[in-house]
Amino acid sequence: MLTDWLLPMLLFGALALMLIGATRRVLAWRAGRNEPVAVVAGLLAMPRRYLVDLHHVVERDRFIAKTHVATAGGFVAALALAFLVHGIGVDSAILNGLILLSAAGMFTGACFVAWRRRQPPSRLSRGPWMRLPKSLLVFSTSLFLITLMTADWFPAGLVGWVFSGLLLIGLALGLAEMLVGMGWGGPMKHAFAGALHLAFHRRPERFGGGRSTGLKPLNLTDTTLGVAKPEDFAWNQLLGFDACVQCGRCEAVCPAFAAGQPLNPKKLIQDMVVGLSGGTDAGYHGSAYPGKPVGEAKGNPGQVIVDGLVSADTLWSCTTCRACVEECPMMIEHVDAIVDMRRFLTQERGETPGAGVQVLDNLIATDNPGGLDPARRFDWATDLNLPLIADVGKADVLFWISDGAFDQRSQRILRAFVAVMRAANVDFAVLGNDECDSGDVARRLGDDATFQRLARHNIEVLGRYEFNRIVTTDPHAFHILANEYGDFGGHYRVQHHSMFINELMEQGKLNLQPKALGRVTYHDPCYLGRYNGEYESPRSVLKTLGIDVQEMTRSGYRSRCCGGGGGAPITDIPGEHRIADMRVDDARAVEAETIAVACQQCTAMLEGVVEPRPQIKDLAELVSEALVTEERA
Amino acid sequence: MLPESLSKAVAGQPLKIAALVSVGQHPLSRRERQADQDSRAVELALSLSPQLPSLIHVGSAQNNALRAYLGMGLNSLTVLNADPDADAVPALADYLRDQPLDIVLTGVRAECGEGSGLLPYAVASQLGWPMVPRIVSVVSIADGHADVWQALPRGQRRALRVPLPFVASVDPAADPARQSAFGPAQRGNIDFRPCAAEPDQARADWEQHPAKPRPKRLAVAKGGTAAERMKAATAKPQGQGGQVMTEGTDREKAEAILARLVAEGVVR
Repeated sequence: MLTDWLLPMLLFGALALMLIGATRRVLAWRAGRNEPVAVVAGLLAMPRRYLVDLHHVVERDRFIAKTHVATAGGFVAALALAFLVHGIGVDSAILNGLILLSAAGMFTGACFVAWRRRQPPSRLSRGPWMRLPKSLLVFSTSLFLITLMTADWFPAGLVGWVFSGLLLIGLALGLAEMLVGMGWGGPMKHAFAGALHLAFHRRPERFGGGRSTGLKPLNLTDTTLGVAKPEDFAWNQLLGFDACVQCGRCEAVCPAFAAGQPLNPKKLIQDMVVGLSGGTDAGYHGSAYPGKPVGEAKGNPGQVIVDGLVSADTLWSCTTCRACVEECPMMIEHVDAIVDMRRFLTQERGETPGAGVQVLDNLIATDNPGGLDPARRFDWATDLNLPLIADVGKADVLFWISDGAFDQRSQRILRAFVAVMRAANVDFAVLGNDECDSGDVARRLGDDATFQRLARHNIEVLGRYEFNRIVTTDPHAFHILANEYGDFGGHYRVQHHSMFINELMEQGKLNLQPKALGRVTYHDPCYLGRYNGEYESPRSVLKTLGIDVQEMTRSGYRSRCCGGGGGAPITDIPGEHRIADMRVDDARAVEAETIAVACQQCTAMLEGVVEPRPQIKDLAELVSEALVTEERA
Repeated sequence: MLPESLSKAVAGQPLKIAALVSVGQHPLSRRERQADQDSRAVELALSLSPQLPSLIHVGSAQNNALRAYLGMGLNSLTVLNADPDADAVPALADYLRDQPLDIVLTGVRAECGEGSGLLPYAVASQLGWPMVPRIVSVVSIADGHADVWQALPRGQRRALRVPLPFVASVDPAADPARQSAFGPAQRGNIDFRPCAAEPDQARADWEQHPAKPRPKRLAVAKGGTAAERMKAATAKPQGQGGQVMTEGTDREKAEAILARLVAEGVVR
């Protein structure tokens, strides 16, 4: 019978073609910088990472999660069994039955894929991705019927040469998409690259409920600082780009994309794929970078990325809010890649845009972004008589002031927090003029040299004193102190003031008389929420204040950025809207009269929105206003 | 951008430009830095010279402040090795005399140390070259002459024609320096050369105090419209007792200047 020799040939032929393509792909990744990974442990951990961690993200969209389980599960099972039965000729009724079951499952899933592809949302890529549901259907149907036929479970008389020939053609087409395409860059590439990406992920700490958000330190003696060409990425970063399934969830949550700035995280990753494999972006069928046409970008592994593949504006539009990373079902690290490329622009090209140059020069010369007199850093607290840790030597809490010290609006938050700590008799002290900028902005603007200098200075200063924990009102400083100083020897117990105040409240150390505030919503700062997973403490503080938080549609891990992170207000890449305006619109949609915030940068961004708008209040201010002072009591 | 006429002149025979650079001092933090005006001189040199200009520093510093100039995209910096108390002028003049240079650029004055602004004059005088103070751009170069723009107060510009080679100081109104990139700054080569610099005897006896801004009496204009008061408050006081001579021979003009200097007691 025709199928006896043609079926194994088809299967093994497709497998061989797939392996050739896959080898080429692996070689393309290996052109990247060396980065050691735990090969065996990674491969062993991969199934769990796939079934638990990845599925956890995919499941945020129930429809597609179930669809994917049926389709992918059915496909993997059906293909493996097909190799056993049709490939090497294991003759077993049970196996045949299982193939039928798997193919049927896959078919069911494929029907839902096709259903969603009837009118796909704009975040989904078209082109070959529109073909995929058809390929899935053809493959599952052909395999199902062929199995019926070879198992002789078909009603006799129906099977003819034409029919079986058609089925074999169908199977061949299906295999071309599902197996050959996997190695040769078709839509199914995501399965092959994605599985390896999970095994060799650059941040394995992210799996098993962990978190890894600190940027990786740059070796300042590298011959090229940062990433100039695709081959300057670590090889597993290149692998990560190839894992992209173009679902566009990143695009849907990207504040810069929504604001019409020339950034689309999905397109960026696809451009990186163009860079690592060589070619143009003409084969890209998703949304463009706002305001930029598709089809003009060219790249190859040895070509400088900003010279023709991705424009610098795209890289500078990012607020590093991490919404894309949080949302990505393939766990791709967009922000790492963007900062890597910014490092090249700043530290090799000297092309930081906008006021970035000025800010970096100021940080180099005065340790603060405004270029203000470093000897006046502590002037804001002249009348507060704060204990300097240099005088008292040790304290329970080291209050990290941050650059808010130089900003009048932020000083109100700082003063409010001091009032709260005093009311709770907290044993705290401050560094005064010895404190420097944490290095957050310098690092996000790509100047890791300045960040590292500031980090080393601050770590040296902190090392002189004894304290139990650092508390700060600035989530950026919180993140840097907690997650990015470790690489330079600074390990501290750090708390954001929302966590600290919540603790004080739980211990009953604050005497509060809540005031009526009307409708209040809470804006999660990116660097507190997505970077550090702290969503509960601020809400708990508000609850203790008697506030029933009106949650915005995008809150918690899906909170929309205020537009103030990553140096974005400094580089100021033009768009159609302002991100802060969109965020305040989110608050207006729930008719909030007050937006509670927990970050001075968010305060500045949201208060920059034209009135009438909800008033903006930091948690510290809300708590200090509710304090019952002794005079009043 | 290079003006077209200048590109042509440059294409014929490459301009050789040197920028004299010093270690500056941030006015607030007092931290060593790339001096602002010297950086503008380097920026102007870079914009003029398709071949990289040479950078020259007198001193012994090998620090990030000096390296920052290299971060503007230069490969090397020549340091004429000298003690901090040495007189930079003879060292520079000796070195520059042997170099095939067309233009030597520097800032108007240093940000620390003596900061008198006399260095470019003294160097030019020792070399026997003209010195053009406070230029903002070089418009064209032809027939061994350069057409430059000199900055005057309140945004005015004066066109000057200077024979090559010449020394010029670059006004703070010139284009700001490009960003200094950390990588090239670290990798650039600092070429130390010995030089016979003598200690500056005159300066040895000086006492130094931090400069204090002196109070200035404001002429407060009363009455009038807001526009008039604004004008009075922002107008630059016109020099008094001078005269503008556009007619007459050079000798007559020189005599008028001398007479003025005698009258002011500058020349006795």
